[in-house]
Amino acid sequence: MNNISADIQLAIPEIFVFSMACVILLVDRFTHERMPKVSFLLTQATLLIGFYLSLVATPTADSVKAFNDMFVLDGMATLVKLTIFFLTFVVLIYSQGYITERKMYRGEYFVLILIAVVGMMVMSSASHFITIYIGLELLSLSLYTLVAMNRHSDMATEAAMKYFVLGALASGMLLYGMSIIYGATGSLDVGSIRNAIQGMQSDEVMLIMGVIFILVGIAFKLGVVPFHMWIPDVYQGAPTSVVLFIGTAPKVAAFAFIMRLLVDGFQALAVSWSDMLIIFAVLSMGLGNILAIAQTNLKRMLAYSTISHMGYFILGILTANPNGYSASLFYIIIYSFTTLAAFGLIIMMSSAGFEAEEISDYKGLNKRHPWFAFLIAMVMFSMAGIPPTVGFFAKLSVIQALVDVDKYWLAVIAVLFAVIGAYYYLRVVKTLYFDKPETSEPISANIGMQFVLSINVIALLLIMPWIGVIMDICSDAISKMG
Amino acid sequence: MIALSDYLILGAILFSISVAGIFLNRKNVLILLMSIELMLLAVNLNFIAFSHYMNDLAGQVFVFFILTVAAAESAIGLAIIIVLFRRRHTINIQDLDSLKG
Repeated sequence: MNNISADIQLAIPEIFVFSMACVILLVDRFTHERMPKVSFLLTQATLLIGFYLSLVATPTADSVKAFNDMFVLDGMATLVKLTIFFLTFVVLIYSQGYITERKMYRGEYFVLILIAVVGMMVMSSASHFITIYIGLELLSLSLYTLVAMNRHSDMATEAAMKYFVLGALASGMLLYGMSIIYGATGSLDVGSIRNAIQGMQSDEVMLIMGVIFILVGIAFKLGVVPFHMWIPDVYQGAPTSVVLFIGTAPKVAAFAFIMRLLVDGFQALAVSWSDMLIIFAVLSMGLGNILAIAQTNLKRMLAYSTISHMGYFILGILTANPNGYSASLFYIIIYSFTTLAAFGLIIMMSSAGFEAEEISDYKGLNKRHPWFAFLIAMVMFSMAGIPPTVGFFAKLSVIQALVDVDKYWLAVIAVLFAVIGAYYYLRVVKTLYFDKPETSEPISANIGMQFVLSINVIALLLIMPWIGVIMDICSDAISKMG
Repeated sequence: MIALSDYLILGAILFSISVAGIFLNRKNVLILLMSIELMLLAVNLNFIAFSHYMNDLAGQVFVFFILTVAAAESAIGLAIIIVLFRRRHTINIQDLDSLKG
């Protein structure tokens, strides 16, 4: 019998956040009318304490397993969890004003976000198919509900429906793949599956089929072409504060999810999955960047840009070596902070009854509010990957990883599509600075939020001298994987 | 004696029917929910068949988890359908076309 209390000690952050979600659900029942702020403050406190607990819960060894090998705590899990806590904390600061104006400032909103956070934490620490699946569903089910949160919007309910159907289809595919792998290897534990595969022929039909289904499931969840259909609809239809959440923390969790399945479990089959990832990556970079050009809605344009970014993100993973994994981790962290700023700025430009969604809403912003115009321009530069911003270093690191494994042609394709991508990002900058403003209404935004957003954007620029430190943290985390 | 492959073939057929149901269905959202449910049941059949023939209980335990999650999933799906019906007074898939591009 294992020592249960030692097991529980490793999972304390998860247990804490989940208990707090239940407590907030209860407390909100009594305070939501007189003191609506209580739930919000409790949620933020939970995220901060969760951050601290994950920080101190570092295991003695590089990687420690618990609960009969269902749970693993290693450097990668800790880094991903810390990033998720931080991102969610900032997401809630940004969305506060937006959800108050749209009457979504209710306890459920915060509880669902916390449960989604628990789901992501479980995903990043799972080392068994059951825990991986439970974590994924905790996250997905909360996200479907969050998208449908604005019940008075036609678009939001439609987006929720589409998201739900395609998300459920993805889970089905993933499960079918898991069942085949279970049949082929006789185990559900990622570690034993890895050992079982090493003793088998790597071109076994059952294994390949299982991996294909699992990859399709992953591709749906990530939103890479040809399984990207839900991304534009959800980004356009869902409330911006929810998109802000969907577009940031779950992407980092998706990295952990891929690492647990493909790398921890199927490293021996890397030849097969890395070829399939190449197809996904090329299609996503191409289609995402080209379709984004045609968009007039800023949220939809950012959705296609997300698809293309996911393409760049898997470039690192498909090299199938630790160097590439850490480049991907670095890419996804930088990307989620850039998206955080991008959707944060859309939220800040919106006001009660007005969504600043169309690119034409930003015409001549420089004359109305030069500082906001500057912030948006910086975010666009970072997304496009133009040098002094971090976006450049993120792209550089994945392309570097490709060159290291002699995939020159893929690196060339990646750079070509990045050039196409720069067109539509720069078009937004042109709208900001060279078009004539249609209104001269002043922009009213909460001072506190303006301050945090400004720090967020400035960090995208000024973090440059510390890029090496972040990269070291990423590669250190990858090297400490179980 | 029913062989393992028979179960797997049945599972694969059910799975294909459900995927076809999701993609070919152009009428009612409720049918989508049924297809999703069928898909999870096909997976369950696979797990139980493997678990029985390999004498390994883990697969059957997984099925319990899938069943529970499937129940939660349909609850959320039905809730979304109700919200949708309130807004639009229809749950026809062809009418879900306001998001495009």
